[in-house]
Amino acid sequence: MLLIHCPYCDEKRPEIEFAYGGEAHIARPHDPSTLNDEEWEGHLFIRSNPRGRHHERWRHIHGCGRFFNAVRDTVTDKFETTYKAGEPRR
Amino acid sequence: MSGYRMEGAGRPDRSQPVRFSFDGESYQGYAGDTLASALLAQGVTLFGRSFKYHRPRGVLGAGVEEPNALVSVIRGPGRFTPNVRATSVEIYEGLEAVSQNRWPSLKTDVGSITDRLGMFFPAGFYNKTFMWPRSFWEKVYEPAIRRVAGLGDAPTEIDPDRYAATYAHCDLLIVGAGPAGIDAALEATGTRKRVILIDEQNELGGGALSDPALNPWLEASVRDLRAAPNVQILTRCTAFGFYHDNFVGAVERLTEHRADIGDGPREKLWRIRAGEVVLAQGAIERPLVFEGNDTPGVMLASAARAWLLRYGVAVGRKVVLMASHDSGWRDVFAMAKAGMSVAAIVDVRGTVDQALLDSAAQLGITVHLGSSVIGVSGRHAVSGIEVAANDGGNRRKIACDALLMAGGWTPTIHLWSHSKGTIAWRDDLGAYVPDKPNENVRCVGACAGKWDFGSGVVVPALPTPRDPTRIKAFVDFQNDVTAKDIGLAVREGFRSIEHVKRYTTNGMATDQGKTSNLNGLQLASTALGRAVTEVGLTTFRPPYTPQTFGALAGRAKDALFQPTRKTAIDGWAEENGAVYEPVAQWRRARYFPRGSEDMHAAVNRECLAVREGVGIFDASTLGKIEVVGPDAAEFLNRMYTNPWKQLQPGRCRYGLLLKEDGFITDDGVAGRITDDRFHVTTTTGGAARVLNMMEDYLQTEWPDLDVWLTSTTEQWSVIALQGPRARDVIAPLVDDIDLSAEAFPHMAVRLGHICGVPTRLFRVSFTGELGFEINVPAQYGRAIWERVFEAGRPHGITPYGTETMHVLRAEKGYIIVGQDTDGTVTPMDAGIDWAIGKKKPDFVGKRSLSRPDIVAPGRKHLVGLLTEDPDVVLDEGAQIVADPSQAVPMTMLGHVTSSYWSASLGRSIAMALVAGGHERMGETLHIPMPGTTHRAVVTGTIFFDPEGSRLNG
Ligand SMILES: [Zn+2]
Repeated sequence: MLLIHCPYCDEKRPEIEFAYGGEAHIARPHDPSTLNDEEWEGHLFIRSNPRGRHHERWRHIHGCGRFFNAVRDTVTDKFETTYKAGEPRR
Repeated sequence: MSGYRMEGAGRPDRSQPVRFSFDGESYQGYAGDTLASALLAQGVTLFGRSFKYHRPRGVLGAGVEEPNALVSVIRGPGRFTPNVRATSVEIYEGLEAVSQNRWPSLKTDVGSITDRLGMFFPAGFYNKTFMWPRSFWEKVYEPAIRRVAGLGDAPTEIDPDRYAATYAHCDLLIVGAGPAGIDAALEATGTRKRVILIDEQNELGGGALSDPALNPWLEASVRDLRAAPNVQILTRCTAFGFYHDNFVGAVERLTEHRADIGDGPREKLWRIRAGEVVLAQGAIERPLVFEGNDTPGVMLASAARAWLLRYGVAVGRKVVLMASHDSGWRDVFAMAKAGMSVAAIVDVRGTVDQALLDSAAQLGITVHLGSSVIGVSGRHAVSGIEVAANDGGNRRKIACDALLMAGGWTPTIHLWSHSKGTIAWRDDLGAYVPDKPNENVRCVGACAGKWDFGSGVVVPALPTPRDPTRIKAFVDFQNDVTAKDIGLAVREGFRSIEHVKRYTTNGMATDQGKTSNLNGLQLASTALGRAVTEVGLTTFRPPYTPQTFGALAGRAKDALFQPTRKTAIDGWAEENGAVYEPVAQWRRARYFPRGSEDMHAAVNRECLAVREGVGIFDASTLGKIEVVGPDAAEFLNRMYTNPWKQLQPGRCRYGLLLKEDGFITDDGVAGRITDDRFHVTTTTGGAARVLNMMEDYLQTEWPDLDVWLTSTTEQWSVIALQGPRARDVIAPLVDDIDLSAEAFPHMAVRLGHICGVPTRLFRVSFTGELGFEINVPAQYGRAIWERVFEAGRPHGITPYGTETMHVLRAEKGYIIVGQDTDGTVTPMDAGIDWAIGKKKPDFVGKRSLSRPDIVAPGRKHLVGLLTEDPDVVLDEGAQIVADPSQAVPMTMLGHVTSSYWSASLGRSIAMALVAGGHERMGETLHIPMPGTTHRAVVTGTIFFDPEGSRLNG
């Protein structure tokens, strides 16, 4: 079971306190109506799915309730870092 | 007679005889014996029948690596454990064990005919042979195969045992208490580290238990460890899996070895988080691959050594060693010195260390170098072997009653691999050893490839002058995989070891290939003509050894499997005879039968009561979210399809929630309490999901909005009062709210008091009747329910449950998200696009409503279905076709989503998702159901009071 550092609680807690939230830094377009079908498809469905460093969202759902971002290596499953929502990509 | 007890040798306590039975026959052993050692001492060689060929099998190993000697242990009703290794079962007074996979008896097994037909059962046989005709698979082949193939029987009764679980944290976890593990623990004594030392066996020592010379060291070490206040020792405890961040799962067996199991838990699951993990799991000796290597009496040299020096059991009167490694020589020397008779040493190598030859000469043991065993005689026990020089010449027979194999050693890197540590190939060992760690873990001792067993050579299979395609030389004993099978897999084009494994099933049995993986890999590598490292190694996965479901489930079963959520009114329902159904984690009253009513009768009565008088319904499970803040209306406007900003305080609106892909995910009514406060309801099952979705958008997309979200599902009891007499019932109980239709119209909410208790009183309806939903603080829920019920008696108030609620809403065509929608249904598909705010520039999911596939014709639409025979109630989930006489497989247009008997209409009604349904109004479709095909006409979804006049009563 992973240990995950919540940047809001500033604590490492067991994985069962958290919920995975998919790839990070995919901002909802300010005005989706201006996107053509391909652009909207890209926003909705297309994800990077890398082998290695992956920016992803987690929620400390059974803790403080906050969403935050993380960099996890998809090969080793190791977290490189976690940081608050809204902070720049690391 | 083969085995016997060697006086003065071994650890079992000769002053404590223990009686037990195997296959109904009574035997005696001693405290400290395993089932295997006690039976071997009695001359038993035959322990089981093999998986596929039903070949007689004996004991191969002396520990958890044992692939052959699987037995079932019976401990009374419900306590039946199949597939346990006789080498790991500690005997106790009255132990009852039986062999497996044989009929009618172990010695006379009719299934062994498959062995004679072996040429018809090559690798991939099941996949290739039984493909056609298809119907034969289900009816003929599979039942036949299931009877002959397989291991022990599954238990048939409920397990009466309890299982405990605990978390533990330590600085240092040591897995394996052989010499290396003990040394690692001793190093940590006297430090401040919290240490846990675990071992799967009944006592500490591992390999040292088979080396009497180490006894003094072992005793002193164990004494020191037991005295160390910082060291916790767990024996009979198996670390079965290594998970992320040094999290190790282990199962401690508490009662398996006891005659009296008492009333405590049977096993305990340890979830251990360790600062550092030291793996000292040792190494497992490899068998050699040659014809007859599975004959009972052919076993690992290290196992024979353990039987003799640890358990005091000689496995034969006259044994022969077949070696490719020095370690076997040392084992038989130790055995000869302890008094066993060693007839010969055969070694595939042309030369060995002179010291070994000298020792053999001293002990009077004949040596055959550059030679191999090419055959074994005896079916239920070894009676002799045939040996030939590696060039095929110089064939001769040797009489013996046990043959020991020394094929080199495989480090036990299972847990290391679970932890995703990398591995490196060592040509000199013919094995993979740990390389770079992925966690804070290190391997010590034989587990790391560090041992003093001498050296050896790696031979995929022993040379033989016989036709290799006509012999059975076993690689995986438990799954009956032979060298021939692996050759066949390669010839048929499999290149990766992962594919060879799945095709041949090598290493896929319950022993996870502990004795077979490396030999299989060597054979595949040779057949492919590629280096072992290019062929790869199959992945190790937990559990290291099979564990009981009970240990993994722990207390999470029966009533404790998951929480049962109950409303404040649940007790009243129980006292009034409710029949319950589970909804999400809630238990909800489904109907309230009177007398001998069945569900159909009760629901008909309840439905008519609501339509004609008044019904009362516990709607407390409805999800509730309080949305508060200056931007609350703006937030809901962005989340839901509907417009919210113009909604006046005191008014309600039906809210429809899409996911960003445009599909319906939830719905519910929300009331505006004040300018900056909304009382939002969700479906019962969707409450947590919707709150998470709202938090997601609020926190990560629109953090600038000043809004707070709070789950209030359990803070409010909700009493739905529905029917034309609803107002009459509550009128005397409410004095500070004007209940008149003019002052308090449909889809409005008022704050006031009922029976003096503060209430948010909603005028809403999920039935199509005049209705109220009385929200009161949950602690008043039952009291208010009872007062309302009393007040309703003169009006014939009738409690109703979820089934009636479903019928009433279906009569009105109100959808249930998740029943009439399935995650691929848009508001247009469901015919509720009226709920979309047409002027809104954006909301979650809006852009997707113009995606090409969403606007394409032919999508499934939600429609009504009226069966031609009004008495027929269609099955929910039944498929719908246009032409019932078309060929199978038919083109299916959709399925029935909701279907009920409507007492109010005196006929059945149904809703369905049908391709192009909105364009099929009036069309007759066909619904094939078991026995007959029904005809039904496509209609709108509102079956009752289409004008909605009753709502505004
Ligand atoms: Zn947190």
